[in-house]
Amino acid sequence: MLAVLAAVPVLIAVAVRLTNGTRAGHGPVFLDRITGNGLFVVLTSLVLCTPLFLPLTVGVVSGDTIAGEAGQGTLRYLLAAPAGRARLLLVKFAGTAAFTLAAVAAVVLAGTAIGLLLFPVGPVPLLSGDLVDAWTAEGRILLVGAYVVLSLLGLGAIGLFISTLTDVPVGAMAATVVLAIASQVLDALPQLDWLHPWLFSHWWLGFADLLRQPVEWSSFGSNALLQVGYLAVFGALAYGRFTTKDVLS
Amino acid sequence: MKGGPAAGGTPGTAAIETHGLGKRYGSQAAVDKLDLRVPAGAVFGFLGPNGSGKTTTIRMLLGLANATSGTASVLGQAMPRALDAVLPRVGALVEGPAFYPYLTGRANLHRLDAACPYAPTATRRVRVEEALDRVGLGAAAGKKVKAYSLGMKQRLGLANALLRPRELMVLDEPTNGLDPQGTREVRKLIASLAHDGTTVFVSSHLLAEVEQICTHAAVMRAGRLVAQGTLEELRSAGQAKVTILTPDAGAARTVLARLGLVPGTVEPVNDGAGPAAVTAVLPAAAVPAEDIVEALVGFGVRVRGFSVDKGSLEDRFVELTGEGFDVAR
Repeated sequence: MLAVLAAVPVLIAVAVRLTNGTRAGHGPVFLDRITGNGLFVVLTSLVLCTPLFLPLTVGVVSGDTIAGEAGQGTLRYLLAAPAGRARLLLVKFAGTAAFTLAAVAAVVLAGTAIGLLLFPVGPVPLLSGDLVDAWTAEGRILLVGAYVVLSLLGLGAIGLFISTLTDVPVGAMAATVVLAIASQVLDALPQLDWLHPWLFSHWWLGFADLLRQPVEWSSFGSNALLQVGYLAVFGALAYGRFTTKDVLS
Repeated sequence: MKGGPAAGGTPGTAAIETHGLGKRYGSQAAVDKLDLRVPAGAVFGFLGPNGSGKTTTIRMLLGLANATSGTASVLGQAMPRALDAVLPRVGALVEGPAFYPYLTGRANLHRLDAACPYAPTATRRVRVEEALDRVGLGAAAGKKVKAYSLGMKQRLGLANALLRPRELMVLDEPTNGLDPQGTREVRKLIASLAHDGTTVFVSSHLLAEVEQICTHAAVMRAGRLVAQGTLEELRSAGQAKVTILTPDAGAARTVLARLGLVPGTVEPVNDGAGPAAVTAVLPAAAVPAEDIVEALVGFGVRVRGFSVDKGSLEDRFVELTGEGFDVAR
């Protein structure tokens, strides 16, 4: 999965390189900027991956946490070891968080590498119009990466909870991914704008604010608060469910 | 070992004790009012047909499932409250082995041992190798588990239970899928564990096996305990049986009937070439066996063989759990 994620920026960069010169104005933001500056490969990749690819992989990993062990029968042996139910849940969530970090890191690192390789690198224009040097820009990119990781923690907690509900890992994975998509669909309906601030995907693409001068921290803060909220609620649900569950698989 | 003194624990203490233990799924009681007592140091056979609640009981004892009524204590402490204190002292094989197929047998044991926060890390490598050797998997430990046969997985499951010195081993169908050599080795293994003072709780439906290795047994039927005690007690609770080998089967049946016994069917021996076997249940209150021979001879029946068999465990088991092949529920 990490290899597939790392392939996304490579594909983008190669595709843009091969069709060099077209500035059609279609496609995601930043796409036409890539030819001018290799660092935009990372940002374009993150914009492309955040709504679908990254939630997909996080959904698969978090949905598999408990249900995967149950489906394989290894859960009973872990609990008889005894691993301790709360401890197991904590380790599993830490694993999910570590994977999320690795997934985003794969996109950022592969994007940076391929961008440096195929395109010139120079001072980067920010959304506010200021020009910053490449090192500052790379720092901003890492900040964006951290933002994306944080954005996906809520989904990881949801996946963990769903995973405690079933012994069929594929079901938990699918349910988690479907929720990620449903949340974004709801977020796109203007009639439901009262609901939008409560959707875990609401701030997913809010990292653009980190590309202003000075940095606009409000969306980072709102996102962090929202994700911590989801973490607390679904973490508690997962704990409540898993510590009282009959392990019959 | 059979009938030997309980090696570990003070006599009279129980390794497992349950009072009114029950588990309901909806309206159905999988286990009902179970009062089980496994003396410390015993090799305890837990018998019952498929679906009689054996595995559910084991799951409750190990804290995997919550009882809906009653209490259970394992190694003297209440379960599942004292789970963290009790389970490190218990080795378990529950409902078949389960491992990560893409890891080697050795790596699986390392992972399972690491799952327990109380397992000493320093000795892990040595303990894993010892456990693998003890079940004869030393040579195959480097292979991925997906390449293992069922018997090898079963051995690996036993190795997992043996990772640390245990006071109690809970083994659910330990010889399932093993070849005759493997079965023998498991018997030897259980004997050596028992010799070292470990209480062994074996669930099985292989009666011959239980008869060979166990000192005590309990029988489950449809979620209820129908008998428990030492093997001797269980056997003697069954009814004895007389078998007469004779060419005069008809006359022998008449004599048995006159003596108030109910003769069974006549079974030909050696394809009917030799004498036939006539059997009858011999209730404890019936005529003494020697009087039967006397009556037979007096009636002119040619007796070629006469035997009184105490019921086997199998007879007792079928008596307790019913004859039918269908799963009870």
